Amino acid sequence: MVTKDNIARQFIEAIPHSRALGMRLTEMQDGEATIDMPYDEKLVGDPETGVIHGGAVSALMDTCCGAAVMCHPDNRGGTATIDLRIDYMRAATPGQRIRAHAVCYHVTRTVAFVRATATDDDAENPVAAATGAFTVEGTS
Amino acid sequence: MRAPRSKPEPVQVIKKRRDATLRALVDGVPYIRFLGIELERRGDELTGILPFDPKLIGNPLLPAIHGGVTAAFLEVTAIITLSWTYLWEDVESGAIDATGLAEKGLPRLPKTIDISTDYLRSGLPRDAYARARITRSGRRYASVHVEAWQDNRDRLFAQATGHFLMPQ
Repeated sequence: MVTKDNIARQFIEAIPHSRALGMRLTEMQDGEATIDMPYDEKLVGDPETGVIHGGAVSALMDTCCGAAVMCHPDNRGGTATIDLRIDYMRAATPGQRIRAHAVCYHVTRTVAFVRATATDDDAENPVAAATGAFTVEGTS
Repeated sequence: MRAPRSKPEPVQVIKKRRDATLRALVDGVPYIRFLGIELERRGDELTGILPFDPKLIGNPLLPAIHGGVTAAFLEVTAIITLSWTYLWEDVESGAIDATGLAEKGLPRLPKTIDISTDYLRSGLPRDAYARARITRSGRRYASVHVEAWQDNRDRLFAQATGHFLMPQ
């Protein structure tokens, strides 16, 4: 059966840059999404410590927030980022995958407001947090 | 009577020193290589260049550059510009030996505290450019504003403001 969620899932999994970063969508339903990104040496931002570059975490957060908007029941189509703020709370531990979880906490006819956190194996202690606004398409 | 000025350095010496400093900042970072970001120097002004590549696409239907790539491009340009400005005086005065810099490995880089990116237009499948302006630079913290455009300098497709912790 072709459902809206399936189409959205296929869309997320077909994004060339997300594939280049090895992202795996583990959950996507009702305005919430979880995406894993494995550790990879090509994403390192500080060669001395082996810590992943903040930019790669941004790409993960942006994809995860976009996925959450696309599977929200009030959004019929795609989405685009209006703005995204990321707070880097600590360096991600080298060698560990990073998991992002995003939630649409408020959706209007035109805008979705989204929050996300990123964690490594120490799930109690987030690596980064994000808040963003995304476009909502379709219901006019 | 004015004291005789010291003879200006030959232009090749100046260029070599400045380019070596920039290479030391950029070449060692795997993620900058992965995205294919280059930094071009004119005097002390830096321009980030993101040559288009299919792996940077975030929306295959449009197609458009991934929002995360845009954010990363702005962040990289901000960090390199900040480090470059921070090192500039010491490199120019000779307090830091630029040729030794590359061999000794990367100088300590500023750490991003937070960065907020505005997406003004979708990033088209072509090269993008970015320049950063340091709006406040203190001993511990710095604020940087960075703008990115594609075909037309006056039509920005993204801008960002970030706060950074300076290396101690």
